[in-house]
Amino acid sequence: MAKVTVDGIEVEVPNGSNVLQACEAAGKEVPRFCYHERLSVAGNCRMCLVEIEKAPPKPFASCAYPVADGMVVHTDSEMVRKARRGVMEFLLINHPLDCPICDQGGECDLQDQAVGYGGDHSRYAENKRAVKDKNLGPLVKTVMTRCIHCTRCIRFSTEIAGVSEMGATARGESMEVGTYVEKALTSELSGNLIDICPVGALTSKPYAFVARPWELKKTDSVDVLDAVGASIRVDARGGEVLRILPRLNEDVNEEWLADKSRFAVDGLKRRRLDSCWVRRDGKLAPATWPEAFAAIAAKLAGLDGGRIGAIAGDLCDAESMAALKDLMGALGSANLDCRQDGAALDASRRDFYCFNTSIAGIEEADALLIVGANPRREAPLVNARIRKRGLAGAFPVAAIGTPADLTYPVTWLGDSPAALAEPAVRDMLKAAKRPMMIVGQGALARADGAAVLAACWALAAECGLLGAEWHGFNVLHTAASRVGALDLGFLPGPGGRDLAGMMGGGVDVLWLLGADEFDTSRIGADTFVVYQGHHGDRGAARADVILPGAAYTEKQGTYVNTEGRVQRGALAVYPPGDAREDWTIIRAFAGSIGKVLGYDDLPALRARLEQANPVFARPDILPRFGCGDLTGPAGGGAPGSAAFVSPVANYYQTDPISRASPTMAECTAAHHPAAALAAE
Amino acid sequence: MLSDQDRIFTNLYGLHDWRLAGARARGDWDGTAAILARGREAIVEEMKASGLRGRGGAGFPTGMKWSFMPKTVGDRPHYLVVNADESEPGTCKDRDIIRHDPHKLIEGCLVASFAMGANACYIYIRGEFYNEALHLQAAIDEAYAAGLIGRNACGSGFDFDLYLHRGAGAYICGEETALIESLEGKKGMPRLKPPFPAAVGLYGCPTTVNNVESIAVAPTILRRGAAWFSALGRPKNAGTKLFCISGHVNKPCNVEEELGIPLRELIDTYAGGVRGGWDNLLAVIPGGSSVPVLPKSICDTVLMDFDSLREVRSGLGTAAVIVMDKSTDIIKAIARLSQFYKHESCGQCTPCREGTGWMMRVMNRMVEGRAEIDEIDTLEQVTRQIEGHTICALGDAAAWPIQGLIRHFRPVVEERIHAYKAAHAVRMAAE
Repeated sequence: MAKVTVDGIEVEVPNGSNVLQACEAAGKEVPRFCYHERLSVAGNCRMCLVEIEKAPPKPFASCAYPVADGMVVHTDSEMVRKARRGVMEFLLINHPLDCPICDQGGECDLQDQAVGYGGDHSRYAENKRAVKDKNLGPLVKTVMTRCIHCTRCIRFSTEIAGVSEMGATARGESMEVGTYVEKALTSELSGNLIDICPVGALTSKPYAFVARPWELKKTDSVDVLDAVGASIRVDARGGEVLRILPRLNEDVNEEWLADKSRFAVDGLKRRRLDSCWVRRDGKLAPATWPEAFAAIAAKLAGLDGGRIGAIAGDLCDAESMAALKDLMGALGSANLDCRQDGAALDASRRDFYCFNTSIAGIEEADALLIVGANPRREAPLVNARIRKRGLAGAFPVAAIGTPADLTYPVTWLGDSPAALAEPAVRDMLKAAKRPMMIVGQGALARADGAAVLAACWALAAECGLLGAEWHGFNVLHTAASRVGALDLGFLPGPGGRDLAGMMGGGVDVLWLLGADEFDTSRIGADTFVVYQGHHGDRGAARADVILPGAAYTEKQGTYVNTEGRVQRGALAVYPPGDAREDWTIIRAFAGSIGKVLGYDDLPALRARLEQANPVFARPDILPRFGCGDLTGPAGGGAPGSAAFVSPVANYYQTDPISRASPTMAECTAAHHPAAALAAE
Repeated sequence: MLSDQDRIFTNLYGLHDWRLAGARARGDWDGTAAILARGREAIVEEMKASGLRGRGGAGFPTGMKWSFMPKTVGDRPHYLVVNADESEPGTCKDRDIIRHDPHKLIEGCLVASFAMGANACYIYIRGEFYNEALHLQAAIDEAYAAGLIGRNACGSGFDFDLYLHRGAGAYICGEETALIESLEGKKGMPRLKPPFPAAVGLYGCPTTVNNVESIAVAPTILRRGAAWFSALGRPKNAGTKLFCISGHVNKPCNVEEELGIPLRELIDTYAGGVRGGWDNLLAVIPGGSSVPVLPKSICDTVLMDFDSLREVRSGLGTAAVIVMDKSTDIIKAIARLSQFYKHESCGQCTPCREGTGWMMRVMNRMVEGRAEIDEIDTLEQVTRQIEGHTICALGDAAAWPIQGLIRHFRPVVEERIHAYKAAHAVRMAAE
């Protein structure tokens, strides 16, 4: 530790810290543009200048200057203020005065710091520089004249996103930031460039000229468009969600957000189900809630519980799934399933289906085996964490599956279960102290999934992944609702049918709770389908009754991410039209047919969740644990020889919201032209 | 005046054979193995005792710089990098060393590398020096063939490899850390210091970057002794130095002289005097474009060494003496330098990137006189806002010429502005 005095305040900071960190520890704010905690130090904006005693009499860039014991720093001396005013003047001479039409206005570092260090008039009488805008694809809008050359975007894309696509060409005044050859950024994390750009050079293309930050109501919530459960802030105006930004959460997403989670927001106001529909004479017709409920009740009357089934979709909150499970129980049905992809998940123990190492725990691991997953497409933020760990060094990564660019070096050992027997796998895992394994849905959602799961667990047990203090076995999910559903036991009860069993006339009434990710043509022609959800997607198209539900921004929902972390989403806007929060729909329907579920409000329902599984009592906290019992999942049979295929072929369109989003459609067209054509 | 016996660069004018045989005849490669046999410590101490200050412009003691390298080679190799990216306007000394006396440089590379425990040395030569690069490469090949470098160099048991790398023509790549970046294949942009190259340099390994002249004089110093070298010149400004005299003199030339020679004597003795006589002198830039200009009144008496020039708020720099007689438009001359720095700024740091363009545009107007009187003060303040606020010294180098102009020639600038106003006031009245 080094003792540093900042403006008379003595602080102790770790050796190797820089002066800027010492100033922050002392509670002194140091203006900066190029410095960012999670990026390498560039030291080029020269805004964070401070004065250091007993050093040459000139200001030092605090972000790039290491602390030394006994150092005395001044952040507000005359020399410092003068130096910062000078730098600010230089930054502004070529920066356009277009704040009134700039989307960064109101949340712009340059604007804020100009208040502190800017002059009241310009001494620069020459013409300002103009720079041609670059096309970075459908997500990031550029106004390059505003660029202050801090190079944060270059460092982010090279270091965090792992795509060396951005850089600076030419030098001096003529230096331009861009992609060398104009092209769309191929990163799933490109939206973060908008957040880290300290000025309005990189802004959101879909959000351009939509709103001002002070008009927005900000609601802290949690993302559901993949199973990572990133912390987000939902910005809404009136009844409309206008944008989604990441929120700091060191355990999950740090301060990043994946593009789909950020930009699929325009899908929330398109193709919405905002009233009830009942199929009459083969055609769906608008209906009232009582009419819709009556149509379902009429179908259920006198039906045996065994002829009723329910399937939970990928975006469901735990509350609605618990309510639906209770409703099914009251109707005498054990036909429940949440595994739309048919993944052979074993719910008999929680560590069989969770990402046990935890996302932050990846940074403690020292070897990684990926089986049947493409984390870059299935969970970009987990992938970013793996890359971060890889950059720290001494982290061999091997993978079994279809070779792909994961943004870090990977040894591809094969594409089928046979590769699990490769000696290289065991050598790598056994040489490590804290090895980990990620098993993707691509390895489980197949006929031999149970056998693959058992084989992976056996390999983990053999190679020391399962220790008393360290749990290196991880299942990577792609659906936000999946772990919550497994925690609640939204699975076939005794004698109940699974999803496959409910197809082809296996049940007479099928309740789809936002279930759109399976082939609805497999449902029997005579099966009466109730679709409860928020988007007119595949499930609604097949439905006989449609009950309009709420999207994740419109309800107070509990979600469990792939780690098993229980998180609460919040209501940012009210559901459109007649749509209602999903658990209230189920509760109301149960009431209409005289069934008692035992809760009338959210606290009571959440108590019911805790009763069903105690994990729901501890939101946001994820206890880390080792593996006390090496006994593996049941398995059955031998793994086949088919190649593993990632369930996410097109990252940008994986759920009803992103399929309804024009922005995601543009991304699909830009990055997967074939998929875009097929959709048309 | 320096006696011929004390000259180090005895083939500066290319009158003799530049190849190995010629170099040997002039005493190069004589007893190199014996020098190496003295050991690392002894060589570094001898260099320290000689008082040699870096010849690239900053004047940092060379022996001390060598002593900053780790004493033993750890798991990271050491490197010597020789800066032959001679781009400072007015400077042409390294070029003549390379084309006429390349073996002095090569021998120096061996000796210096040995003194720092570096088994490899890179010479980064300015891209425009095409023919010079051919000469140097030919000389390197000769030295390899003769067993002077390579495995068991000079029979000393020391393995040494020397590589020549051609730059692509950027002034900033003459800055030591930008040179390292460029050598690594990256964009030539100066690195933050600390860490200094002696700790983290080329490829992250301990590295020393020296100027061609600093390295080329080392073997002679070691052969003739530190006492001989330090007896030349003035205290703390020891030895001989190559001066490049250009501009309005009768006979522009490169010449080796003792440090501390009076500027007037230097010009009169070697360059045939100022065009039109000493009284026709307007100003001299004494050390390459980066240092402030000196008016005739100072040139009359100033001595050419690091400390004397610093006392008159200029600098020795690369000792490129640019002479301007009274026919010179001094504002235009400095404006041209501002254009140069604007063009060569790497664009990394805000003050330099934005400030060099600002200064250039104001200077261009001042050439015409199309400015206000108080803009002179604004311009001066802008130079102060750049100076000392950037990662490397290019910002300082861009600021100093203008500071020199305003310090010594402010009346000329004001007069130009008044003249412009007067000329246009008449026109406006007429309109």
